Amino acid sequence: MPPLLRALIHRLVASLVVLVGVSMLMFAIARVIPGDPARIALGPNATEAQVQALRHERRLDQPIPIQYWEYMRELVRGNLGNSLYSNRPVRVDIAQYLPATLELIFAAGVLMTLIGLPVGVLSARYRGGWGDHLGRTGSIPAFVWAVILQLMFAYLWRLFPIEGRLTAALAPPPTVTGFLLVDSVLAGDGRVFFDALHHLALPALALAMAGIGQTSRLTRASMVETYRKPFIEMAHAYGFSESKIARRYAFRPALTPVLTILGLDIAALLGNAFLVESVFGWPGLSHYGVEVILHKDLDAIVGTVLIIATAFLIANIVVDLLVALVNPRIRFAGDRS
Amino acid sequence: MRLAGDSAAWRAFWRNPSALVGLTLVALVVLAALFANVIAPYPSHAGPVGDFAAMSAGPSAQYLLGTDTIGRDLLSRLIFAYRLSLEMAIVVLAIATPIGVTVGLLGGYLGPVSSYALMRLTDVFLAIPPLVLAMSITGFLAPSAIHGMMAITAMWWPWYARLAYNLTRAEKQEGYVLAAETVGASTPHILFREILPNCMPAILTKMTIDVGFVILIASSMSFLGLGAQAPTPDLGSMVADGARYMPDAWWLTAFPALAILIVVMGFNLLGDGLREAADARD
Repeated sequence: MPPLLRALIHRLVASLVVLVGVSMLMFAIARVIPGDPARIALGPNATEAQVQALRHERRLDQPIPIQYWEYMRELVRGNLGNSLYSNRPVRVDIAQYLPATLELIFAAGVLMTLIGLPVGVLSARYRGGWGDHLGRTGSIPAFVWAVILQLMFAYLWRLFPIEGRLTAALAPPPTVTGFLLVDSVLAGDGRVFFDALHHLALPALALAMAGIGQTSRLTRASMVETYRKPFIEMAHAYGFSESKIARRYAFRPALTPVLTILGLDIAALLGNAFLVESVFGWPGLSHYGVEVILHKDLDAIVGTVLIIATAFLIANIVVDLLVALVNPRIRFAGDRS
Repeated sequence: MRLAGDSAAWRAFWRNPSALVGLTLVALVVLAALFANVIAPYPSHAGPVGDFAAMSAGPSAQYLLGTDTIGRDLLSRLIFAYRLSLEMAIVVLAIATPIGVTVGLLGGYLGPVSSYALMRLTDVFLAIPPLVLAMSITGFLAPSAIHGMMAITAMWWPWYARLAYNLTRAEKQEGYVLAAETVGASTPHILFREILPNCMPAILTKMTIDVGFVILIASSMSFLGLGAQAPTPDLGSMVADGARYMPDAWWLTAFPALAILIVVMGFNLLGDGLREAADARD
């Protein structure tokens, strides 16, 4: 078996173990907290008999390990329970809202990399310049970026729409992937595509800004570290040009730690999406997450967190594969051992 | 990388301009929070009642940063919000650090089985994006400053477990640990009296930076309505409330946002300065 495939399977198994742990953790918190979930679900006006009936129906009167076992049995069948907030299966809600969030996070991740990497590379070459101070933008929380960008570009200059994913007058393309940009291309609808892009720009930028500081600082640190290596000194001795050394020799080794950190940045993107979606009225999973959290909708909270944790783990596996592709030492490590 | 009592490290610290900027910002914020009752021009405006004659007034000589929609002095409310933010950060770190460090020390020092169990437990917490974990825990309880603190503590300790684990793994190979083992020192003695003191500089540096980040996370949560409830002044909820009156009453959003930037950046610069000073010595 190729080493890369073996490493991939190893990671998948480890991730599955962690996911089971996450489900236990969330289940434990949801069931151990003070307050009766059935009472919360039905509200203060329900009679004791109604509460008892719901407790029995949802197996809340049984021991917690049995409840967990039943929950997991349903989970394996793809059933995440029912949302009290939307009165629909949690699975249906998540399927509806998840693509919007993924589209936003993907766009933000691309922006973050496209801005953060070059700034980091440049500030490593011109140390002490303005690029060094840009790293401090990480001190501004995502919701402040969102509010500032919305105020300036949407309210004051009216360059971008204030909120939403699509102008109400436009008919959304038939759902294939749930990504509006992809679906509109598939439907051959240019107007919808550009309208969706227009709506996506500000939220994606707000989300990216919160991470650009960290990305550029880590790229810078990694580049500085690489520049101290003997092979760069040798390249200098050979008389290669500065830009060739930067592009050909320093950038690629410096990329490995940066990619690893990008994996962690995804956690920040997933978390900050809650804030950005709420400012821009973006109809995504995070928006849904805030609503169900505020409504104490237990099954929906557990389901949303499980999906987000899964997305995070998958993203990290993808990042690890990218690292292996960039770095031949990791790619072929298995052959030598 | 030992910092305390090392004059070379302190000299490096005092010569680092960004560290001094950080120290100044932190000192200002801490003093404002400590003496909020004395410094705030209108201490009573931290509560629900303000000056109804001056509702939504812009910055002026009387109200330096303006007033909110029910006439409360924004500057006074920001000063009291700093007090709440710092209290939250201190409580969170005071609970999360000992838990995380203990788990990390045990995980790094004990045998492979307990190490595996402890670090997988840590992984479970780290598998959920921090803000998502904190928000969902608050959601299970009820939005309040206390529950926010509990939730942030629950998401914060694994980072210290990771840090202490890595440090312990490195220290474990050192001669002084072997020496202590040879003379038959107990495991708690080796962990807390031998290894821990050598990990303290790194832990303290992380704690300094984290004060800012706890405040950032806490304000993010209260921005969504999952933190301190009205009328308690809170940085995040002040930005959220102010954003509804943009752009006319811009000061309601701009100054709380700036206040967050100042405190987060202050602790960030100070922590970076401490780390660079410790590195300069090595």
